[in-house]
Amino acid sequence: MLFPTTSPLQTPRVVITGAGIVTALGWGWKSNAEGFRAGRTAFRPVSLFDASRQRAKNAAEVDLPAALPPTRLNAKQIARLDRAASMLLLATHEAWQQSGWEPGENLPFVLGTTAGGMSFGEAYFRQAIQKPRSHHHQPTRAVHYQPQVQARTILDAFGSSGPITIVSNACASGSNAIGHAWELIRHGHAKRVLTGGYDALTELVFSGFDALQALSTTICRPFDARRDGLALGEGAAIVALETLESARLRNAVILGELTGYGTAIDQHHLTQPHPKGDTTLLVMQQACATASVTPDDIDYVNAHGTGTVLNDSSEAVAISHWAGHRTETLPVSSTKASIGHLLGAAGAVEAVICLMTLREQWLPPELAFETPDPACNFPIVHKPQDARVNVVLSNSFGFGGVNASLIFRRWT
Amino acid sequence: MSRIFVSGLGAVSPAGWNVSALREALNKGEPLPIQSLERPGWEKPLQTRLVPNPRSRPEFLTHPRLRRTSPITHYVVAAALEATAALRANGDPKFRLGLIVCLQSGCVNYSCRFYEETLKDPATASPLLFPETVYAAPASHLAAVLGNISLANSLVGDPAAFLQGLSLGAQWLEENRVDACLVIGAEETNWILADALWHLERPAILTAGAGALCLCRETEWSAGVELAAITDAHTYSTRKSRMQAARTMRGQLGKGSPEELLCDGIGGNSRADAPELAAWRDWTGPRLSPKRILGEGLMAAAAWQCVAACDAVAGGRFAATNVSLVGSNQQAMGARFVRADAGI
Repeated sequence: MLFPTTSPLQTPRVVITGAGIVTALGWGWKSNAEGFRAGRTAFRPVSLFDASRQRAKNAAEVDLPAALPPTRLNAKQIARLDRAASMLLLATHEAWQQSGWEPGENLPFVLGTTAGGMSFGEAYFRQAIQKPRSHHHQPTRAVHYQPQVQARTILDAFGSSGPITIVSNACASGSNAIGHAWELIRHGHAKRVLTGGYDALTELVFSGFDALQALSTTICRPFDARRDGLALGEGAAIVALETLESARLRNAVILGELTGYGTAIDQHHLTQPHPKGDTTLLVMQQACATASVTPDDIDYVNAHGTGTVLNDSSEAVAISHWAGHRTETLPVSSTKASIGHLLGAAGAVEAVICLMTLREQWLPPELAFETPDPACNFPIVHKPQDARVNVVLSNSFGFGGVNASLIFRRWT
Repeated sequence: MSRIFVSGLGAVSPAGWNVSALREALNKGEPLPIQSLERPGWEKPLQTRLVPNPRSRPEFLTHPRLRRTSPITHYVVAAALEATAALRANGDPKFRLGLIVCLQSGCVNYSCRFYEETLKDPATASPLLFPETVYAAPASHLAAVLGNISLANSLVGDPAAFLQGLSLGAQWLEENRVDACLVIGAEETNWILADALWHLERPAILTAGAGALCLCRETEWSAGVELAAITDAHTYSTRKSRMQAARTMRGQLGKGSPEELLCDGIGGNSRADAPELAAWRDWTGPRLSPKRILGEGLMAAAAWQCVAACDAVAGGRFAATNVSLVGSNQQAMGARFVRADAGI
């Protein structure tokens, strides 16, 4: 029963035993780690739809493989995967393989997304207005547009099923999904949870950010004084979370430990953060409290850092306030400079990047960063560098004001 | 394990802008009138049950954050204000309220408008519309209106996900992360949604609105209703049909007694209703099927089922009620509410 429940006598530690990632830098840990470590960027002219009449014309598009990896899906199910679901399948496949999990009937799946199968929704709408008497494919689109249906298909692909939770807190969705999964395990609702986020580039969303004049027409430079907006990307990331006890019993390879989570809502504005970053400060403090660490213990912050004027200045103020005397030496960067803003996938992808920094002991640079914003009192990682990284914090914030922070610890 | 109570209810439905209008329509038992909904490109309109205009302009619409918001936000705010009326009267500025908004289709009106503008000419697509298209918009606006929301989540799923929302709210209360938690299910009407429903479940009549339950830990805030149980989420898969999931949910919820009320999701579509009807075939007690009267309100309909179930207990008509939610494409879940001493 979901209610009433009994809490475990001792709160279990939660570790990550599988991670899968798909971004415009490539599919899989290796190609992404190489790209992020070098600070490569993956932007190019948009090819998925006509962007000729938009202000911005570039994005970080994923090149999908010619064929998806073999799973339990049949040809009909595979044909019903849109771009977003295909990326989700790729990321899940990698995480699943790495975790060594066996199929199960009660595997919770917690996903963050802002758009789910939006490409089906767009196709449905276009046909409905352009060919109103044609019903071809419309029922399929109406069903597979829904993220919970895509999630069911992904669980089917791995011979599993279980409760599906779709968190849609805009661009904080991926982090909130992982945080929610972490809480499910800590409170005894599950021993293992598959979790992450996904979102594909779509015309509606691209046009939306362009209409808001939030997209950069030059290059995405988070925290740079000359920044002029964000760049959009697409992708997916999935992590396999389980109790430390469960991982040890299986002799599983542990990629890292998820130790802290904070979340709260900023009531300032639908699309703008509070200028002083009050809620950002709060969620970083919450995450530190749950992880029993202080800013002195944090070796790297993967910032939300969209590259918009308002986000970065607000986040910079909050980080400085939170970090105190540690500010001047605390390495910070935004990997959105490499792969763009992945919206509902951002928090999950950035969680996997944090695991990379912990496993491989380097920091992801922003090569285009030159002139720090005046509010930016911390060092921005702007060239490839190796580093001692034991504890990292990742920030994600969304339209609507939900903020989330996650803290990961190196596993040795 | 904490006891969780219901401290307030709220509803906006085609019956009107509060719980008493919903109760009156359900007690009357007659399907509400159907209106036409113009479908571009079709001569024959689609059918819907619209939420009537409120008798007077709601006071909350003067809030600056609610300018330009779409109907779904208005429904969410109205239901929330009704559900929290008694708690807000306490006026404790340190009161921490949690918020969980559950949606299946969400903000379809502005999504359609914005995408239509984009297809015509993206250079003139309105920047005012786009932020209102996100699932999280209603929760954000409500948080601004109430001012004391400390924790918020927007959940997407089929209608049974409303009970996932209730379960999460109960969890936040048990962990003492909030003092009370609003759980809201909401939808809005739009021709594209009615068109999709026509393709998937032709006899269903689309409707819209919101239902809200405010959960609390304290007996003294109880409206006389206690949350007794929420089943697991029985997800459909290639190995578990909707029929099997519904049966498992029923089995987990327990036999119940003929003196209890069953508040089900039967809407009158034999194909869609079959699994739920089969799961409850042996039920001999009274039944209430809000969808037969109100229509297919997706997540809002799930919330109305829970509101109606709690209202029946709060009003002293039943000592216990069972809610059955056999969702369209995700899961089957059930819940049970029982009588508790009223504190407010």
